[in-house]
Amino acid sequence: MSAQSTAAIPSADVWRPSQTRRRWSGWLFYGLAVFSTLMGLVMLGALLYDIFTDGAREVDWHFLSNYPSRIADNAGLRSALLGSLWMLAFTAIIAFPLGVGAAIYLEEYAPDNWLTRFIQLNIANLAGVPSIVYGLLGLGLFVRWLELGRVVLAGSMTMALLILPLIIVASREAIRAVPDSLREGSYALGATRWQMVRQTVLPSAAGGILTGTILALARAIGETAPLITIGALTYVAFDPNGPLDIFTVLPIQIFNWVSLPQKEFHSLAAGGIVVLLVVLLTANSLAVYLRYRMQRRLQ
Amino acid sequence: MDNARSLPRAQPAAGTAASEPGGFDLTRSRRDSLRRKLVERGVHAILFLCALISVLTTTGIVITLLGETIQFFGEVPIVDFLTGTRWTPLFASKSFGVLPLVNGTIVVALVAIVVAVPIGLLTAIFLSEFAPTRLRSLVKPVLEVLAGIPTVVYGYFALQFVTPILRDIFPQTQIFNVASAGIVMGFMILPMMASISEDALRAVPRDLREGAFALGATRFEVVSRVVVPGALSGILAAVILSISRAIGETMIVAIAAGLQPQMGFDLLRSMETMTAYIVQVSLGDTPQGGIEFRTIFAVGTLLFVMTLVMNLLSDLLVRRYREAYE
Repeated sequence: MSAQSTAAIPSADVWRPSQTRRRWSGWLFYGLAVFSTLMGLVMLGALLYDIFTDGAREVDWHFLSNYPSRIADNAGLRSALLGSLWMLAFTAIIAFPLGVGAAIYLEEYAPDNWLTRFIQLNIANLAGVPSIVYGLLGLGLFVRWLELGRVVLAGSMTMALLILPLIIVASREAIRAVPDSLREGSYALGATRWQMVRQTVLPSAAGGILTGTILALARAIGETAPLITIGALTYVAFDPNGPLDIFTVLPIQIFNWVSLPQKEFHSLAAGGIVVLLVVLLTANSLAVYLRYRMQRRLQ
Repeated sequence: MDNARSLPRAQPAAGTAASEPGGFDLTRSRRDSLRRKLVERGVHAILFLCALISVLTTTGIVITLLGETIQFFGEVPIVDFLTGTRWTPLFASKSFGVLPLVNGTIVVALVAIVVAVPIGLLTAIFLSEFAPTRLRSLVKPVLEVLAGIPTVVYGYFALQFVTPILRDIFPQTQIFNVASAGIVMGFMILPMMASISEDALRAVPRDLREGAFALGATRFEVVSRVVVPGALSGILAAVILSISRAIGETMIVAIAAGLQPQMGFDLLRSMETMTAYIVQVSLGDTPQGGIEFRTIFAVGTLLFVMTLVMNLLSDLLVRRYREAYE
């Protein structure tokens, strides 16, 4: 490289070897980058292929409507599915208003002071806390201190705290994307701050907020560790009928089947995973669709 | 006050209300304006409380963990806990040295990092420096799918797909082993590593790239000598965050890495991580309130502190590169 600065221009032959080497290392690097990108995609493909070949044939009405059983042929997902639904419903009821409320406060109300910065730092750090630590929190706080026991509500509250940072971050982004001209227009018509937020900001941000909430709830559907820690059961052969019933959820049932030594149960686990992935796919498509529709309505 | 409670319900109607001047009628009585003021105050207070929940959550985590952990250290000296190399709290002859669990956690995390960092960084470089926009917008969502898959699914994949392959190659591999859990965990972390690195690479200003091209550098030289060094603090932040994620990951190791706390670096053997231990005790019939059960809070505290330190460090690094270029 330093030879470039000499005054006399050498003949082209001097450069050729280094030119070739530079070009080749460039191509090699490019190949490596393409290969790495493909590896992530190939792994995803292998994972989906492995699970669907193992599990797709397990999934039928029988599988969805039966209770778990010691006999693999009779075993099903019924109690786990219902448990997941109950858990999810209460998680949404708790987490949605709290998360959106916090986002509105931070974007529209919060003064720029140490407390606000502290809250923001807190939310950022909570997003990085391992999920199993939330499980320990739920165990200590809801199961034991509030004496709720190992019930749906304790699981939902734990899960709500876990996904709260996700909802707050997504809602803040949606609220921030609302142009200031709309806010000023609202103020100009004499609206108070809350009227402005409720009638102008929230309708405009609703798409982003809903999308973020659905994605956060999707995360809650797949979480396993915190619910194991608060003591959700692995074997439930009855329907949970309300927030104060003991319960199990889809991923815990899958974990339970994977942990058993018999091969039949491993296919059941794969079947459970197929159901879980279909549920998640539906939730994600719904989020994408909502985002698309809201974007169009605004334009 | 009732405005606050009807928040989600009010949204659909709001679009029409805003366009009706009647909603903001100035001729309404003074009583109305007082009511409005009260509503404003109330809503402000409620929203503030919502934001405060996050602080309460952190406080709750610290109090819950510390409360049990302090009781634990009343029975087991903290030095024994942090330096002991035998972890047998569930056996008749109890020993509370946490190092085997830390050892297992770090070894699994290292395997995951060795997979995730090079692949993730190269993916980020490909997406930010080489890929045409259309290809990029196709690859990114697919990688995000990888990030959205529940960890219990990865656990199944590690045990049922990767482990048999490893056993074909290395026959001495145990059914539960660190390598398989670590490799799969690496692919779980990959999207996060790639997307944070890509953000960092993109934050490097165009001028720097163009300056290097103008000097006759090849694309590889621009990437390796200008872009990557310029994004180094962001990339480092991504690495630290990946390690933190790997340490806190639970289900993959609980399913595929086994439950045998031991020291060493043999990747083909079973090891227990801190998270897997917490799962093991939670699933077992250990009576709550005893010293055996308290161990999970002590281990949880250690886990919390380790991840917190790393998250703060990575936050600091991200802020540094933002300051440098914005």
